[in-house]
Amino acid sequence: MLVGRYQQPMLRLARSFVPSQAVAEEAVQDTWLGVVRGIERFEGRSSFKTWLFQILVNRARSAGSREHPSAPIESLHTVDPARFDAHGQWADPLEPWPEESEDRLEAATWLPILKSALDDLPSRQRQVVMLRDVEGLSNDEVCGVLGISGGNQRILLHRGRTRLREILEAELKKG
Amino acid sequence: MLLLRRKDIVCQQAVELVTDYLEGALSRRDRRRLETHLRACSNCAAYLEQIKITIQLTGAIEPDDLTPEARSDLIDVYRRWRSE
Repeated sequence: MLVGRYQQPMLRLARSFVPSQAVAEEAVQDTWLGVVRGIERFEGRSSFKTWLFQILVNRARSAGSREHPSAPIESLHTVDPARFDAHGQWADPLEPWPEESEDRLEAATWLPILKSALDDLPSRQRQVVMLRDVEGLSNDEVCGVLGISGGNQRILLHRGRTRLREILEAELKKG
Repeated sequence: MLLLRRKDIVCQQAVELVTDYLEGALSRRDRRRLETHLRACSNCAAYLEQIKITIQLTGAIEPDDLTPEARSDLIDVYRRWRSE
């Protein structure tokens, strides 16, 4: 069912624009109403999913700006400088991860960790990673949905993916 | 002391290029420099592999089942829509 498929991703995306779960839920509800009313206007120029997320981002953004006028400042997060020596080379060798088929990278084990790591990303990184890597939108589609440039999208994607890798690495080290 | 030719990049630079690399957004020159580095550096090659695995695993996140609250919200939405 269409609604069931998109409900959670939409909530997660909406939540990154607004200060509370309740406001996010409202934005998602408004989106479905917008979809129902506007379905005749959907011309198939983009995929349904892209159109849906576009409506959601518009609703969530206006709800977010009502409740939370200033956007939070994001810290610059790339690879931890402490991992490198004075020459910019890895201070300690990087351990290759086990093959995905092995137990330690079993999806069932990692998905909860990855999901909570995704929820903890700064909102703009989370938006881009969700749309690109979870929903599988193209870079052009993500730029369109979020109204950002390609370069900006890549920076956010880079920071988000870097952080998720770091979380997985830390979990693997725990064994 | 390590002497670097100007065209070489170091690990700390290489890891910051991986997303642009995977997105096909590097200039031809930077792409060549990175690939040269990756061939020579097993750590950075492992890093790139880990980023790819991370992307794969992120892609395996599925929407959760609807919570009872979300389900009743949707029923409300449907009722509002019917009554308009």
